[in-house]
Amino acid sequence: MTTTTHPAGTEQEGYDASAPLLEVDDLHVEFRTKAGVARAVNGLNFTLNAGETLAILGESGSGKSVTAQTIMGILDMPPGHIAGGEIRYRGKNLFDMPEEQRRRLRGVNISMIFQDALSALNPVLPVGFQIAEMFRVHRGFKRKQAREEAVKLMQKVGIPAAEKRVGDYPHQFSGGMRQRIMIAMAIALDPDVLIADEPTTALDVTVQAQVMRLLKELQTENNMGLILITHDLGVVADVADKIAVMYAGRVMEAADVFEIYAKPGHPYTKGLLESLPRIDAEGERLNAIPGLPPALTNIPPGCPFSPRCPYSTELCRTDRPELLPVAEGHVSACHYREEIYSGELKPREEAQA
Amino acid sequence: MSQAMAEAQRDPFADAEVVLEVEDLVKHFPIREGIVIKRRTGAVQAVDGVSFQLRKGETLGIVGESGCGKSTLAKLLMRLEEPDAGSIRFRGEDFLAMRGEELRRMRRKIQIIFQDPYTSLNPRMSVGDIIAEPFKLHPEAQPKQGIRNRVKELLDVVGLNPDHINRYPHQFSGGQRQRIGIARGLALNPDVIICDEPVSALDVSVQAQVMNLLEDLQEEFGLSYIFIAHDLSVVRHISDRVAVMYLGKLAELGLDEEIYGAPAHPYTQALLSAVPVPDPTMRHDRQEIVLQGDPPNPANPPSGCRFRTRCWKATEICAEKEPELIVRPGITQRAACHHAAQNEDVSAFES
Repeated sequence: MTTTTHPAGTEQEGYDASAPLLEVDDLHVEFRTKAGVARAVNGLNFTLNAGETLAILGESGSGKSVTAQTIMGILDMPPGHIAGGEIRYRGKNLFDMPEEQRRRLRGVNISMIFQDALSALNPVLPVGFQIAEMFRVHRGFKRKQAREEAVKLMQKVGIPAAEKRVGDYPHQFSGGMRQRIMIAMAIALDPDVLIADEPTTALDVTVQAQVMRLLKELQTENNMGLILITHDLGVVADVADKIAVMYAGRVMEAADVFEIYAKPGHPYTKGLLESLPRIDAEGERLNAIPGLPPALTNIPPGCPFSPRCPYSTELCRTDRPELLPVAEGHVSACHYREEIYSGELKPREEAQA
Repeated sequence: MSQAMAEAQRDPFADAEVVLEVEDLVKHFPIREGIVIKRRTGAVQAVDGVSFQLRKGETLGIVGESGCGKSTLAKLLMRLEEPDAGSIRFRGEDFLAMRGEELRRMRRKIQIIFQDPYTSLNPRMSVGDIIAEPFKLHPEAQPKQGIRNRVKELLDVVGLNPDHINRYPHQFSGGQRQRIGIARGLALNPDVIICDEPVSALDVSVQAQVMNLLEDLQEEFGLSYIFIAHDLSVVRHISDRVAVMYLGKLAELGLDEEIYGAPAHPYTQALLSAVPVPDPTMRHDRQEIVLQGDPPNPANPPSGCRFRTRCWKATEICAEKEPELIVRPGITQRAACHHAAQNEDVSAFES
């Protein structure tokens, strides 16, 4: 039995401690189905540093969960297929690693929390056993020692009477408590990167506040890089440092959280913010974004948002805009990013009606 | 600010006709144990003494967390479940006493839109058949020859292409399916539509489209809505009055300015303070009340006030005496709390 502590032998496996924690570089993921090739992720780029919270914001079908699964290496292949790009953890490309090495990263260095805790936990095993499994498999702990660690973790994530409840099964816990158990499993081995895929979507608002607060505390304590995948603009505003807005498998806009809410540089982000009913203001009519997101099997040429965009021109329908800077640390994939950012551009006349 | 505001923007529906009047509605689901001899060992008190009025053209929002009984309430109002006690009066007539033909005719007037547009439409029926189905059950509503045209008209009203009448639900997106559900709800010209979480399964950009549609239809047809949702921002946007539900009872009921501007019940205050506001600059300005623990078991609710086990204001009286839903000194809305006091610190308004 080894007594290695974290980070377990990262040097000898070729990791570069000075490189960014996680870099996604021009990632392409597609699903080959009978109905055609669904391009779920089309050239995705982002960087995550230690201690940082990056929110990936997007609607259903924007490719945010596929991105998370690809980083974790739990994408179903087939039908999934990585069509290009790299994901680098501390400078080392995950796709070049042998499976054995990736397995040693998974749960230890890169960990994940799923949306639905009830279906992510094994219903026929006690929760304590499931948490302890992390220590037994990755650290080689004996059962008794692993169980003690599990109790400590359950206390840490705020489960009352953890000592008594360690032998309980997932169905005996409430939704919020189950999500805490998932968090306990995910942080058991002090990961550097934590991916939270819609961690609070299934929870009530008061419980959501408790769980988000816990995540934030744990992040600060362990200096984790947190990738928060969500569709909730409220949660993002509350906890994120940086945001990447995804649409049809691409990042449309990425910036600091304060910047993006104050001065969006992409019509999609702008539209999302305007279509939101606000709790702190009596809304007049909502500015809905017309139309629907494109089918992933048939993404329009040019800008994927152009069919729904009130500013789009002929150029948008033919040329795909690249993700280019509009201000310091603020990038946008729009031909008219400067004008949107400064608020000069007016919607096309027929789109105003 | 709230007092002045509430008086300035008086209830615009104060003089409107009362369409639906609900009094002391109770529904307990029995818990039975035993295999051969089933003994009744308890009851889940899903709805326990709910009263409110709904007026013509008005939207009453009902908010609450999962398990608070809001969906059971919707079913009771539709008479999909029979209440154990209480009364529902529709335009002055006793809805619960109706039987047979009379009830069937009355059902035309109250319709429902369901949460999940994926499971509430029969996948084997074409859109035309789905929307025409209410006419089959109520042949007096529409002469047979006119049905197809009426269905096309309804599709047009909800913003779908009338030429898609022969398509099937799977050919539509979530937002479009919800529009189909709305068209079906509108088919019989109801007076009241109960919307049970109609937008919670939809994406933000599509959610706004459906909410705008609901508002347009309300104006056009003079509909009254009961809008059930867990998303407080959505309810705030669409409602004229709001009822906050906790464990089968109404905790607070008032105009939306009152509930959101100066909530008086501690539960409402906690609920509002927990909603993240989509504005990062407000991050540290909000006074957040984090409730401890989870809601109690509805089969065995606490004595007195049901919220007292999680309430920071609870005193002895809260355990002994159940607070009534009444207007209390110093507040303008009705609150079921012995210690009700407006708290503008947790107001959802920008100060």
